[in-house]
Amino acid sequence: MTDSVRRATETPDEPQPYAELGMKTDEYERVRTILGRRPTSSELAIYSVMWSEHCSYKSSKVHLRQFGSKAPESEALLVGMGENAGVVDIGDGWAATFKIESHNHPSYVEPHQGAATGVGGIVRDIMSMGARPVAVMDALRFGPLDAPDTRRVLPGVVEGVGSYGNCLGLPNIGGETSFDPCYIGNPLVNALCVGLLRKDQIKLATAPGPGNKVVLFGASTGPDGIGGASVLASATFEDESHAKRPAVQVGDPFMEKLLIECCLELFEADVVVGIQDLGAAGVSCATTELAAKGTGGMRVDLGLVPLRDPSLRPEEILMSESQERMMAVVTPEDIDAFMAICARWDVPATVIGEVTDTGRLVMTWKGEVIVDIPPGTAADDGPVYERPFHEPAGQAALNADDAGRLARPDDLRATLLTLLGSPNLASKEWVTSQYDRYVRGNTVLATPADAGVLRIGEVMPGAEETDRGIALATDGNGRYARLDPYAGAQLALAEAYRNVAVTGARPLAVTNCLNFGSPEDPEVMWQFAEAVRGLADACKTLGVPVTGGNVSFYNQTGSTPIHPTPVVGVLGVLDDVRKRVRHGFTAPELKVVLLGDTRAEFGGSEWAHVVHGHLGGLPPAVDLDAERALAAVLVEAAGRGLVEGSHDVSDGGLAIALTEACLARGVGATVHLPGDDAFVDLFSESTGRVLLAVRPESYDALADLCARREVPYYCIGATGGSALTVEGVLEVPVDELRAVHAGTIPAIFAS
Amino acid sequence: MGAARVGVVTFPGTLDDQDAARAVRHAGAEAVPLWHADRDLKGVDAVFLPGGFSYGDYLRCGAISRFAPLMEELIPAARAGLPVLGTCNGFQILCEAHLLPGALTRNEGLHYVCRDQRILVENAATAWTGEYASGQEILLPIKHGEGRYVADAATIAALEAGGQVVFRYLGGNPNGSINDIAGICNEAGNVVGLMPHPEHAVEELTGAPSVDGRGFFTSILKRFANL
Repeated sequence: MTDSVRRATETPDEPQPYAELGMKTDEYERVRTILGRRPTSSELAIYSVMWSEHCSYKSSKVHLRQFGSKAPESEALLVGMGENAGVVDIGDGWAATFKIESHNHPSYVEPHQGAATGVGGIVRDIMSMGARPVAVMDALRFGPLDAPDTRRVLPGVVEGVGSYGNCLGLPNIGGETSFDPCYIGNPLVNALCVGLLRKDQIKLATAPGPGNKVVLFGASTGPDGIGGASVLASATFEDESHAKRPAVQVGDPFMEKLLIECCLELFEADVVVGIQDLGAAGVSCATTELAAKGTGGMRVDLGLVPLRDPSLRPEEILMSESQERMMAVVTPEDIDAFMAICARWDVPATVIGEVTDTGRLVMTWKGEVIVDIPPGTAADDGPVYERPFHEPAGQAALNADDAGRLARPDDLRATLLTLLGSPNLASKEWVTSQYDRYVRGNTVLATPADAGVLRIGEVMPGAEETDRGIALATDGNGRYARLDPYAGAQLALAEAYRNVAVTGARPLAVTNCLNFGSPEDPEVMWQFAEAVRGLADACKTLGVPVTGGNVSFYNQTGSTPIHPTPVVGVLGVLDDVRKRVRHGFTAPELKVVLLGDTRAEFGGSEWAHVVHGHLGGLPPAVDLDAERALAAVLVEAAGRGLVEGSHDVSDGGLAIALTEACLARGVGATVHLPGDDAFVDLFSESTGRVLLAVRPESYDALADLCARREVPYYCIGATGGSALTVEGVLEVPVDELRAVHAGTIPAIFAS
Repeated sequence: MGAARVGVVTFPGTLDDQDAARAVRHAGAEAVPLWHADRDLKGVDAVFLPGGFSYGDYLRCGAISRFAPLMEELIPAARAGLPVLGTCNGFQILCEAHLLPGALTRNEGLHYVCRDQRILVENAATAWTGEYASGQEILLPIKHGEGRYVADAATIAALEAGGQVVFRYLGGNPNGSINDIAGICNEAGNVVGLMPHPEHAVEELTGAPSVDGRGFFTSILKRFANL
């Protein structure tokens, strides 16, 4: 029996399963107040998914507002938060849109499909801005490398990210993979996509113009991930998690590739008034959001939705998260042209309704009205919670447990090799070689470079000629954020910002994926509040606005949350991509220059983690003014052609940075340490530091530039030879470094 | 005569068509887009079947594409001597269409592999390799999950004896191909298929750290200049 509006009016007291759908009693009562009656089961489905944590940001909203209120002035920002993705002006008539999003919970339940559909979802967000997706990146966190469940989860996630992105033809140009016991029951899969478009071509999720047609196109609707967003993403993993397996969506990257090309042709033909992808909450989300941002009303016949499974009920159609679907608003005059383009790409498309000026979203099923709601009440007016928060009980003790007290090593050569072969610092080539980094022919830099760099000319037809390029990096260190979430979020931003700048690109804008435990835990909520406050403050100081992102709560096993893990993505622009700085030591007989100062900072460091299994004290000090000055030096030096190669100094300190710079092209180096404590010089993780390789004749100009910007600089040696030599301290042949670096991950996974 | 016209075929799911067209243009030829659903080769002088996942690699790589309307024109033209190059998925399609013998199966390691690979050019007499020297070593990227070349013993023996093994992997076989075979040609030498991607190794700025792929495109240009 269909639960129609008429029936709901006639049976006002019928009990409804709102609690099973994740709604609180007061939320349910609010729906009744809004409607002046009990909701129909279809309406309940809509409100329950739209008001879920995942879709409504009800616990995070009050904090996230700082990204707007503290946002720095930015001429580059074209579309800010609140749309499918932010859009940034990158010059010459071009714009870039980028966003990072989590797919953590589905990737634990079903690693391959969970990760694959995570990529698919973020790519559709980018498409719905009117852009051509041009690259993806992935930030992954797993439990210990040698844990049995990591052997289950990691290969599946990597295959999922790879198979989907490879089949779509999107180069994977970077990201991170790291390991910590806190992620054993809750891995993190954060996927980033960047797209390019002409500035005058931005599309928004809106449905204006009564009489305009509402078209559902792409894959048909099946019983995938029903309640996935609300049930999966809002529930933690306990023993029953495997019972939820069918809730994970299954991806079809081939259909997504057709959708990309189809959408680009639709945009080029200018036959789209508004567009929205179908992600979490599927048809519910697309219809309510489009209607709420448009003229305000929409009429939809749910019976017209093409189904893969004809037995689906309207409630299920509304909640289905079947992948590779989009919804567009099209004028009646353009509908034939729209349909012809879809047919050319073999993309099924169906008119399922039209825009109205009634202010109501009305849906029918077999002639009966089953939904009649003001769409804004579902899309925008969800509940907002001011969750209580307080500093975790053990925080002061944790911070007092200074890593400076740990026993220091005598044998620094052995320490270098131990760190180099440790899971977080070992080569991730086993992962990244499963990703196509070359497709579309615009990849200038990719993994293991500090940032991915793309040429942007030749991407879209009709766009202006340009020499510009974009650079992208993601970073995030859960251990730092555990010690101090305010500083930890700033450190993530500072590193991504620096990683973009080492390629010579000017950092422009920020996206973030905030991975935390349960917001109902006041200690977790404190971590979240501190991280957001830190990130918003740092964005203001660095002059880079947050353009969008994603919050993922309930990342925990039992009552144990993951380390707070804000992952920050930074987008930068190169005015002339041919002047990008290459990764590492590119040739012999270059001077090796270290920019930035080194202090004894070991809290949360890789050394403390690997050698002592220790997490305590405070993370490295943040100096955003120094980061800004450093980036200014790097951008100007690159623009003037003063630098041959570069590498950020971060996890594992100078020792690891030198090693990675040598391994980039198999070029050795001989250096002396600038300080008087070799251990501190080599393994401290002080921020604001970069290694450069410069031609001898360029050195004076670089030194002048550093002096002018008050950036400390030290010429510490020269490239060349077949070993990394730290004078008076250690010497390791490059071949030995490579063997240690390359061996760790394949030893676990290569069967 | 004007610049040589090289057709670049797009199937649903083709990915490297933009790159292929760019490589053709960089060499000084005209890149002519060819659409899978058209029975029309547009009078091109040569055809490039680029890589990708045509039809999502569903059923078997290249198995559906071989039935495309365009292929009905291409197959007889190739048999009549039209130069055809297939890379990666293009190579798989050429094998499925029986323009080349053998088949490409799942990599021995079961994983997709993207890496810069040393390649030995063994036959510099084909339509697409004239600008190389026999025995020349080049660096090209590979990126595939199903690139393990297999054929029955008699076919392999015939390919080896007839100089039809055009390319061989050096420095480690990435996929378990028989005899390290990276690419082959037909008896006439006008149809060449290989797993590596020359179109990703034609510019200093982008792609693999080599420009060794340029020779494929200059070879075909020179061939027409000499006709």
